[in-house]
Amino acid sequence: MGLHDENLRPGARVSAVPVSKIMAEAEPVIQLKGISKHYGSVVGVDHVDLSVRNGEFLTLLGPSGCGKSTLLRMIGGFETPTGGTVHLAGEDITGLPPQRRDVNMMFQDYALFPHMSVGQNIAYGLLMKGIRGTAAQDRVREALRLVGLEDKIDQRPHQLSGGQRQRIALARAIVREPKVLLLDEPLSALDAKLREQMQVELKHMQERLGITFIMVTHDQSEALVMSDRIVVMQAGNIAQDGTPEDLYERPASPYVANFIGTTNFLSAKLLSQEGTLAVVEVAGQKITISNAPVHLTGNTLQIGVRPEKARIVADGSAPGDNLLRGRVKENIYLGLGLRTVTELADGSLISTDTMLPRGIASHKHARPGDEVVISLEPHNIFLFEAGS
Amino acid sequence: MRHRLFDKTSRTLIMGIPILWIVLFMLLPYGVLLTYSFWLKKYPLFVPAFQFGNYVTLFTDPQYMQVLLRTLKIAALVSGASLLLAYPFAYFIVFRLQSARWRTVLFMAVIAPLWVSYLLRAYVWKTILGTEGILNTALIGLGIVDAPVDAFLYSQFAMVITLTYIFIPFMVMPIYAALEKIPRNLDEASADLGMSAIQTFFRVTVPLSMPGIVAGFTMTFCLSFGDFIAPFLVGGPDGLMVANVITSQFGSALNWPLGSALAVVMLILVLAIISVSDWIEQSGQVEL
Repeated sequence: MGLHDENLRPGARVSAVPVSKIMAEAEPVIQLKGISKHYGSVVGVDHVDLSVRNGEFLTLLGPSGCGKSTLLRMIGGFETPTGGTVHLAGEDITGLPPQRRDVNMMFQDYALFPHMSVGQNIAYGLLMKGIRGTAAQDRVREALRLVGLEDKIDQRPHQLSGGQRQRIALARAIVREPKVLLLDEPLSALDAKLREQMQVELKHMQERLGITFIMVTHDQSEALVMSDRIVVMQAGNIAQDGTPEDLYERPASPYVANFIGTTNFLSAKLLSQEGTLAVVEVAGQKITISNAPVHLTGNTLQIGVRPEKARIVADGSAPGDNLLRGRVKENIYLGLGLRTVTELADGSLISTDTMLPRGIASHKHARPGDEVVISLEPHNIFLFEAGS
Repeated sequence: MRHRLFDKTSRTLIMGIPILWIVLFMLLPYGVLLTYSFWLKKYPLFVPAFQFGNYVTLFTDPQYMQVLLRTLKIAALVSGASLLLAYPFAYFIVFRLQSARWRTVLFMAVIAPLWVSYLLRAYVWKTILGTEGILNTALIGLGIVDAPVDAFLYSQFAMVITLTYIFIPFMVMPIYAALEKIPRNLDEASADLGMSAIQTFFRVTVPLSMPGIVAGFTMTFCLSFGDFIAPFLVGGPDGLMVANVITSQFGSALNWPLGSALAVVMLILVLAIISVSDWIEQSGQVEL
């Protein structure tokens, strides 16, 4: 204990780590200020501000055309912004070409050089750093060892499988030890099984290397699995920026709630509000929401409920409010669970998911046509203004 | 049974006609040529024999070696000039031109002259390079020279220009095809890995377009190697090429055995060049 106490003395740690290093950790590795990309009158990216912390795994998520790839390519230097600045570790790199940025990109279809062996592909990025000969050989082998493909050093890219090519592309990018690694839809060319495996593998790799990763994807589950932080983009703007938990459990808009996970949307009318506690009317029923936005302006609203957070309960067994009544329309077997679609009094539909831990045969569930009662918990309901 | 019989007949026809064609119009003439090359010239004509006198003459009489070397030099110059002109052009239309329509227009502009008679295209250069031609008229008009320069026409220079103009489509086409196959993001990957545009060009673009360069070089080289019209029209006395000498051996000189021997030597040279280029292409084969 005594030895550890020594280390905990004020100043002891500071002397062990240079001040400049602490400063570097404090400032963002990438800082975008008012970055824009306009193609004539078409807006690609519109005035985006974004800071990326050192060592973070950040994902830019959104549907195609939302500007996420353009944003990534502006960080890499492949697109010139029409406005704003890009800073890398405090230095303005807005006007620098890709070859002069301490940033590397893993391309969507890997862009391996077909006329070079795996080893030559990886050593390529070391040439301009002045690393040649045995020093380069060692670095190449080390990178290949990291991705577990040391035996492929003399093969050509076309002799490798998709997953192997992906690892080589990763090795080629990390061998330069960039400050930031950019990944453009890195897993989209792989089949589903391999993709799941690589998600976890890439995440572990990032943790081990400690390099900042910025990834672009349109796959929300991929973003949830891999990221420390997700930036959801919509029409060239940031729709929401937060941890995977934030986005899933506290989406800022119906757009985010819809893009990440599945959400039932039901129209609602505001009855009363007191702070974050709001009471609304949904399909003729009174529903209480405990974490409503404070400043609701209109009274035409929308509630959002995740299917797995809504429960079908026995009639009369649930106390008081927050019940919706309806008639079961259909059951959908999901394997992991059962999705029941219920039609409410006003004709709107709500899905509820039930887990099937003992299989469907031993599960008692409502049949199409049955009258059911659905219980919603006040803190598991999103409340949005109708226009948002 | 009937349709199997038909199958056999049709297969024989499909394979037979081309084989017959090749035997009749290629292998047979080559055989005749080879046979003639061993014959003996004996006044007034020549007699069958088996001797290597004709080949000995070719390799000992300096005038034949001179023509052969000159032909090789001109063919090399033509392929070199075609490469230097065609590569930047193909690179520009593939990588720098944004509009697909302009790409087609420029590519067609290169191909279109192939539809015009060869003789006409060679003849055009006579009117450009001649003493009363466009080039001299322009130079005199600009005051650069006082009297027409007659060195342009009837020289090896005129031949190289004319042959380059005529055969350059055969250089552009394979290079264009090779460049078009190169994935565009390789340029970006190279820049990302620290290379400048020029380094990327020499390390990525050129190696990946090598099959096109080799194919184009082989085609322009072999085509100009065997040409006999350009020397005839614009070459003049010091521009004679192997094909012209062969023509004269079969014509005015009336020495078919010597002409045949020369033709055989030429054929072997061309086959050797094609084999080498084929080998280069095979060994440099890259899967994109």
